[in-house]
Amino acid sequence: MSGKPSSTPAWLASPRARELAYLVGLAAAGALLPLVVYPTLAMKILYFGLFACAYNLLFGYLGLLAFGHAAFFGLASYVCAHLVTVVGLTPELGILAGTAAAAALGAVIGWLAIKRTGLYFAMITLALAQVVYFYLVQAPWSMGEDGIQTGPRGKLFGVISLADNTSMYVVTLVIFLAGFAIVNRAVNSPFGEVLTAIRDNEPRAVSLGYDTRRFKLLAFTLSAAISGLAGATKAIVLQLANLGDVHFSMSGEVLLAVLIGGIGTALGPIVGAAVLMTMFDALAKTGAWVQAIQGALFVGFVLLLRSGVVGTLSGLFARKTR
Amino acid sequence: MFTIEILGKTYNSAAVFGQLLIGLINGSFYAMLSLGVAVIFGMLRIANFAHGAQYMLGAFVAWALLNLPELFPGSGLPSIGYWPSLILAPVIVGVVGMATERIFIRRVYDLDHAYGFLLTIGLAMMVEGLLHVRFGSAGLPYGTPKEFQGTFNLGFMFLPYYRAWVIVASIIICFGTWLLIERTRLGAYLRAATENPELVQAFGIDVPRMLMLTYALGVALAGLAGVMAAPIYQVSPQMGQNLIIIVFAVVVIGGMGSILGSIVSGFLLGLIEGLTKVVYPPGSTTVIFVFMALILLARPQGLMGRT
Repeated sequence: MSGKPSSTPAWLASPRARELAYLVGLAAAGALLPLVVYPTLAMKILYFGLFACAYNLLFGYLGLLAFGHAAFFGLASYVCAHLVTVVGLTPELGILAGTAAAAALGAVIGWLAIKRTGLYFAMITLALAQVVYFYLVQAPWSMGEDGIQTGPRGKLFGVISLADNTSMYVVTLVIFLAGFAIVNRAVNSPFGEVLTAIRDNEPRAVSLGYDTRRFKLLAFTLSAAISGLAGATKAIVLQLANLGDVHFSMSGEVLLAVLIGGIGTALGPIVGAAVLMTMFDALAKTGAWVQAIQGALFVGFVLLLRSGVVGTLSGLFARKTR
Repeated sequence: MFTIEILGKTYNSAAVFGQLLIGLINGSFYAMLSLGVAVIFGMLRIANFAHGAQYMLGAFVAWALLNLPELFPGSGLPSIGYWPSLILAPVIVGVVGMATERIFIRRVYDLDHAYGFLLTIGLAMMVEGLLHVRFGSAGLPYGTPKEFQGTFNLGFMFLPYYRAWVIVASIIICFGTWLLIERTRLGAYLRAATENPELVQAFGIDVPRMLMLTYALGVALAGLAGVMAAPIYQVSPQMGQNLIIIVFAVVVIGGMGSILGSIVSGFLLGLIEGLTKVVYPPGSTTVIFVFMALILLARPQGLMGRT
């Protein structure tokens, strides 16, 4: 898991300034994105990028390989779609409810999973996510194989119609930037410093007096909540929550996005999400090839490019300017 | 017929025994597969997520051997049946495993455990995806060998000969592997190589080759389970996908790396799953995962794991 780039211009030296620069840059890039790709794909890149950032908080900064994040993304998607469709909540309330549900689930699964580390941790999160998957397969309110079709996107705050893609895109971009800001703030705060300390040497963090279990649980819950924010947004954007959202391959995809972009880098997950979503879109018609190519990407990045695209580039940049 | 009382409710004994028997058959596969995962994890410290794909590969090789004349028309190749496949397919899958270890797995031994897991996920997806492209996702039929056509009448249910054979064979395979690793000189070398590879190497034993053979052994076990599964379940590229997650849970319950633990918990969880189908059918898909969570709360190192 790569460290921070060692050389940055002086004005970017403070974390606060860098966070702000990232936000401004991402807002600008987000404004230009619909000029390059069609709106639905642009929105997919944003919500999946947010999902990957949330996952990176756990995997990149705390060093915990979770393999069940589809549960948080998917549960939030279902809760949001259900409340919007059946109860008639406005989109923003649906998204908030979905996020809250994912946070609650994250607190429970996290409480269990952080009892172990390493591969055990991965398997526990995977197994518990399967419980959520099979629950949603069988629960009467989740509509089984069909999933929940929400119908029209509704009106934000009951006022702004999200039916047209431009307003929907702006809302998605705002959610994405807010989520990214939260993750980035967490990572660059004293809290984030403790997380990386736990990642690098947990016994030492314990000996310094930190209650590492509390930090891990908090990070896990936060990661689950932001994953839920992404999943609930997905339900509004695509007007659909289905079993694909909770399937374990979704947990694999978010992991792959982070691996492609760069584990433990601020922008890597977004780059990885953009690569992956664009690839899925381009290969949508080829069916089974997508799975084989995804597998090849896993193998290739693990063996040849472990710091990911962003990690490798910033490494090169740092060497050049030294 | 009589009735059985479980948790204050009465059930028809035929239903209970029937589900327990099905659970025992599923448990045979859980045990054989988690055994291989435990062997590989115990010796190589690799969480072999590709195990489900390797099990599927075993079934596919058996299917391909049976259909050689149709797959390669005009080549004059014979159709190879179940019994030769029971030896041939695991050997072929084991050799593929050996190559996999050489080309891929070996490169991640010195890295964080996460990378071995990610690498094997990628390998599984590649194999499953490519076979899906070539053969589609519909299940391919594989007939029951003619020696096993027929059923026992157990009174409460009919047990096909073939399924009885699966239960017996898997017990023999599991016990044999346990003996090999815990009670032979080769097994002692293997266990020593895990504890202290440098020292074992200093005694003149080729540790890298032993690791390669261990991986091949674990993978061949998966292939063998795949051949045995072919007549029961449909042969399809996805047949190992959900199974591997259950198998990982079984390994965690047994205590990761504990061979006996994985065997016992494999059969045990098959039975528990069967019983759940009687008592609370909707819970049967998740009972193993819930059980895993409970075990972790009560005994984090697993049923038979050492800390």
